[in-house]
Amino acid sequence: MARAITTQRKTINTLFAWAVGLIIFFPILWIFVLSFKSEGDAIKAPFEVLTSAWTLDSYATVQDRSDYFKHFWNSVTIAVGSTLLGILVAVPAAWSMAFVPSKRTRGILMWMLSTKMLPAVGVLYPIYIGFIKLGLLDTRIGLVIVLMLINLPIIVWMLYTYFKEIPGEILEAARMDGAGLREEVMYVLTPMAVPGIASTLLLNVILAWNEAFWTLNLTAAKAAPLTAFIASYSSPEGLFYAKLSAASVMAIAPILIMGWFSQKQLVRGLTFGAVK
Amino acid sequence: MKLRSVLRTATAVSLIAGSAAYAENIVIATVNNGDMIRMQGLTDDFTSKTGHTVEWVTLEENVLRQRVTTDITTKGGAFDIMTIGMYETPIWGANGWLVPLDDLSEEYNVDDILPAMAGGLSHDGTLYAAPFYGESSMIMYRTDLMEKAGLEMPEAPTWSFVREAAAAMTDRDNDINGICLRGKAGWGEGGAFITAMSNSFGARWFDMDWNAQFDTQPWKDTLEFYVGMMNESGPAGYATNGFNENLSLFQQGKCGMWIDATVAASFVTNPNDSTVADSVGFALAPDNGLGKRSNWLWAWALAIPAGTQKEGAAKEFIEWATSTDYIELVASKEGWANVPPGARTSLYENPNYMEVPFAQMTLDSILSADPNNSTVEPSPYVGVQFAAIPEFAGIATEVSQEFSAVYAGQQSIDEALEKAQALTNDAMEAAGYR
Repeated sequence: MARAITTQRKTINTLFAWAVGLIIFFPILWIFVLSFKSEGDAIKAPFEVLTSAWTLDSYATVQDRSDYFKHFWNSVTIAVGSTLLGILVAVPAAWSMAFVPSKRTRGILMWMLSTKMLPAVGVLYPIYIGFIKLGLLDTRIGLVIVLMLINLPIIVWMLYTYFKEIPGEILEAARMDGAGLREEVMYVLTPMAVPGIASTLLLNVILAWNEAFWTLNLTAAKAAPLTAFIASYSSPEGLFYAKLSAASVMAIAPILIMGWFSQKQLVRGLTFGAVK
Repeated sequence: MKLRSVLRTATAVSLIAGSAAYAENIVIATVNNGDMIRMQGLTDDFTSKTGHTVEWVTLEENVLRQRVTTDITTKGGAFDIMTIGMYETPIWGANGWLVPLDDLSEEYNVDDILPAMAGGLSHDGTLYAAPFYGESSMIMYRTDLMEKAGLEMPEAPTWSFVREAAAAMTDRDNDINGICLRGKAGWGEGGAFITAMSNSFGARWFDMDWNAQFDTQPWKDTLEFYVGMMNESGPAGYATNGFNENLSLFQQGKCGMWIDATVAASFVTNPNDSTVADSVGFALAPDNGLGKRSNWLWAWALAIPAGTQKEGAAKEFIEWATSTDYIELVASKEGWANVPPGARTSLYENPNYMEVPFAQMTLDSILSADPNNSTVEPSPYVGVQFAAIPEFAGIATEVSQEFSAVYAGQQSIDEALEKAQALTNDAMEAAGYR
């Protein structure tokens, strides 16, 4: 029986939810507001900021000073490339762990996850030197590989969780009908796990888009993505909040819009198998 | 006639081909501040003169420091020119990581570089980085508030005068703090300020045997004075204030005095950003009568990492960017107040520049800082607000965290000094100095 909720309770819950949502969203909202202010107005008290003149000057300056589209294209290539490559590697791995588990599967999964707990800076020098030797420094392909490896544990874990929800009998039936491994994965497993794969894709594109340690440390002028674009507007000696805000809005806008449009898919994937 | 025109054509073609072959694309890592951004906007002038093109990698100071350090220590070769400071230059020069700048052209006039800057950017007398701009620190104060308090700022004040003036200017009801100073943890933030201040109190980081000196009376006097004055007249939460936070407070009219980098003068006197632009005065950083003032010395300089394939083009760029011609180029486009200061003697002999209100005080501040003799008692290190040894950044960051905890009221001065003494000695022992 469904629980009865009074109108008063419903109103309180709604207001509470809106308040929490606003608190979480406020920093982004404030960055958005500051991006339309002059540097002088951006440091004023909040009320004065809101009542001061609105301007597009910061956007014009940022556009004039930096090559936004070069950074944007690098971000797209690196985020999408690393995610697709990750999915390509992770689907077979997750399939074997979900449907043909061994005694060590659980241990391997935990070990994979534990690599995420290593501070990135601890392996900066070995990876940097490796990149120099392989000629991968400041290349998009180098970053695609590194970000794929970094996010691989999450991709494998997510896909493993989704695959575990799919009854093994269906795959068995496909095998009895003569499906080989490739057909089984391509035509039976993958279509059934589409919501899960889609949310894995989306989440990892977001993670790769926002990754700031490796993308700053392994790039210079050619492969620098939008994280480097933002970093170029931060300064400990000078108040450039308006320009920094404009650069931030330009950097997060594509991923924010993508998240907005795909939120249903993302939530459906993340809750996939939660209700049976 | 025909032969002559053939020869002419051949010469022209070979010249064009020669210059095209010579034209390089150089990558420069730099910091994000007004002077550097202005330089980026003027790069076309360099390209038109030399044919070389430039790609910029602009990063926030701490990110830049980490990025270029990783690259130079691994000989990564990602950059042809790096923007580095007075701390890194002598250390990297000594390690052979930088190309010596000992063959710059005569027109460049290397002797025109201010001696304090050249000294801080050299190792064993060899220049390893050319100063793009230099800075010291000084007092910026509100002339109207000082007048209201019935006081007159001397050109070279003492700390006791500054404390008295700060108390007199403080008006809590109107949100005016007598003095704003850095308290934020970090060797380049609050750490730089307190080290420079401690010099004027007779303190030093190390004795001649590299033993930490935080257990001495001058350090205790420094911290007691700083904390006492800030609690009386400083802004709330000063333990987390750095350059930008104080700049914001000063520009909004919430500070009577601010002791910080001389480059801030152009910000606080800019009427577009500052509400107090027309009532700012300048004075030397205070002293305590011990012969050392509390101002620091810093330069952002351009250096060439050893191993770059484009050394020639990189040197041409450095000669262009740090030349007197470049200063004149900026002056012609953006006015004399916006030229990069503190690098060349000739700039301070230029009557046009000396009309800028903070020009003379900037020069006086720079000249009063000596990185080779910064402390009252003898010390084994070079540097005013730092000790130019590789271990300093790590140690000073930890020490400044202990000091910031004092400012935030989380521990006593004695506890912080005891911890600073122990961690510094431990680190110096581990590094083999003791």
